Amino acid sequence: MSSASNETARRVAMLRDMARIRAFEREAVAAMRSGEAPGVVHPSIGQEGVAVGVCANLRRADRITSTHRGHGHAIAKGADARAMMLELHGRAGGSCGGKGGSMHIADFAVGMLGANGVVGAGIPIACGAAQAIRLTKEDAIVACFFGDGAVNRGPFLEGMNWAALYRLPVLFVCEDNGFAAFTRNSAVTAGGGPAVRAEACGVPATAVDGEDVLSVDAVAAELVARIRGGGGPQFLHAKCYRWEGHTGTDAAGYRPAEEAAAARGRDCIRRLAALLDPEEVAAVEAEAAAEMAGHRAAAMAAPWPDPGAAFTDVQDAGAPA
Amino acid sequence: MTRMTFAEAARRALAEEMRRDPLVWALGEDLVQGGIFGQYKGLAEEFGTDRIVSTPISESTIMGAGLGAALCGTRPVVEMRIADFTLCAMDELVSQIAKVRYMFGGQGRAALVVRMPQGMWRNSAAQHSQCLEAWLTHIPGLVVAAPGTPADAAGLLKSAVRSDDPVVLMEPKNLWTAEGEVMEEIAPIPFGVARHAAQGDALTVVTWSAMVPVVEQAARESGIACDVFDLRSLWPWDEAAVIASARRTGRLLVVHEAVTVSGFGAEVVARVVEALGPGGLRAVERLGSPRAPVPFSPPLEDSIRLSPARVADAIRRVAAVGA
Repeated sequence: MSSASNETARRVAMLRDMARIRAFEREAVAAMRSGEAPGVVHPSIGQEGVAVGVCANLRRADRITSTHRGHGHAIAKGADARAMMLELHGRAGGSCGGKGGSMHIADFAVGMLGANGVVGAGIPIACGAAQAIRLTKEDAIVACFFGDGAVNRGPFLEGMNWAALYRLPVLFVCEDNGFAAFTRNSAVTAGGGPAVRAEACGVPATAVDGEDVLSVDAVAAELVARIRGGGGPQFLHAKCYRWEGHTGTDAAGYRPAEEAAAARGRDCIRRLAALLDPEEVAAVEAEAAAEMAGHRAAAMAAPWPDPGAAFTDVQDAGAPA
Repeated sequence: MTRMTFAEAARRALAEEMRRDPLVWALGEDLVQGGIFGQYKGLAEEFGTDRIVSTPISESTIMGAGLGAALCGTRPVVEMRIADFTLCAMDELVSQIAKVRYMFGGQGRAALVVRMPQGMWRNSAAQHSQCLEAWLTHIPGLVVAAPGTPADAAGLLKSAVRSDDPVVLMEPKNLWTAEGEVMEEIAPIPFGVARHAAQGDALTVVTWSAMVPVVEQAARESGIACDVFDLRSLWPWDEAAVIASARRTGRLLVVHEAVTVSGFGAEVVARVVEALGPGGLRAVERLGSPRAPVPFSPPLEDSIRLSPARVADAIRRVAAVGA
């Protein structure tokens, strides 16, 4: 293949991943609202370009840590989307056997070390994963996703200093969607923001338009190359916008409708689609929608977990009687 | 058998585990300098600073990095310096380490050790003297061990390093310099097996950690035939041995340094009463600290501290009921 067709193939692959994430989350939100999926989901619709642009530069052996808004990271890293859908329906055969749900999806087979229900909690875990990779001389890096809300937690400061101090192979990805749950993050954050804080600890920061997957891909490629080359940690500050509320039930009445509408006009999927063959785009999106609808139907048809499984995988010594 | 301090026994056990398994490493503050109690002395010289890692004062990340490193196949020994500082890393211990295996459906194991020396030590006051073992026994997923002798410090550390469960090892700060006999070949000590420290028919006495030598001395000096159990690990704990003894003696005394209210002694007593029935004991007592912080000044600290004399009084009191 020529380099032009290689580039097209890469773009189509990124489009496919973004379309699959969006279709997955559309189904997940609908399932949650209908009551078919218990609990809540935190959709990342509108932010798909960050997960996909970063993970396009990762290998299977690389690890990621994720957040409560983590479906996109998992899918972009290659996690089994059917098992994920079963998981958030609480069914047997889910990624975690129904014990984790949407907020705790993990797929260790592809290096996805887990979503996390605690803001910023993936940062120390990513640092330790990178230390283990170094100790065992493994050829891999760690990408650590977190939101802009995480920069106000202590583990953020600790982790930036730690990663820079030990020159760890970590790509910190700050998905700055502007909101910490229901609050505009700028209203509760003093100083110069995420990138300034990272740089203060010695982690070089690069800003990128997170709603443009090609920009994310290009910048991530450069940062990942530096990390693989032994250059130590890097910080990617990806500006984006959370189209939905904090959860699938949050109508986000705390922000002007025009603001969300404007973000929809900057849709990362449409921006990439505009550069591709419309027929191919339609086919990719239809395929993604069919795949995820199929997963949702499969989830509804899947059995519930055996109630006895509530007592397994607690611990070996002193396990529940 | 060789006579050595608690710190030396623990140091030897860790060194042996690090020689046996190159995936074992340790992280925490001041480890390259030997740790504040000397329990890591010389290990950086032998194993290098990639495996004995001195860290910033960043408790959340010391704990959380231990988890990340365990999820990537190594076996970290996470040093918290003292148990009180674990409170700065409770999310990482309680909501991350203790939960990952379960939450992820068995995909990942937090096979790591968290060492957190605890209890009173040389007038260290309220923020450096707490005994918080009951908090951690309450958390599903954690193994909790609390050695009271040098031999057990070494044997339990070996088991902790080899365990695929996360193990909290609560060494008593006050005993680091205490001496005891340790086998030349340190064998791992299984969790959930108490040490039967003294045999007697008058009453059952249960203790652990820093109270072990205090209770042993009190039992000798009381003139009463005590059946003494050093639990060594608190989750799992040796329910069978304690229940069998209490059934035989009909009297139960639990002694711990921690605050009595909601202390682990409450769990011990409750389980024995459940097993024997409400009329199964003639006498029962918990002896711990009053529900007050640990003060600084020596006479104030001594008013909180459980001395052999106070424990011996409790032994006589419990033995006298219905005698």
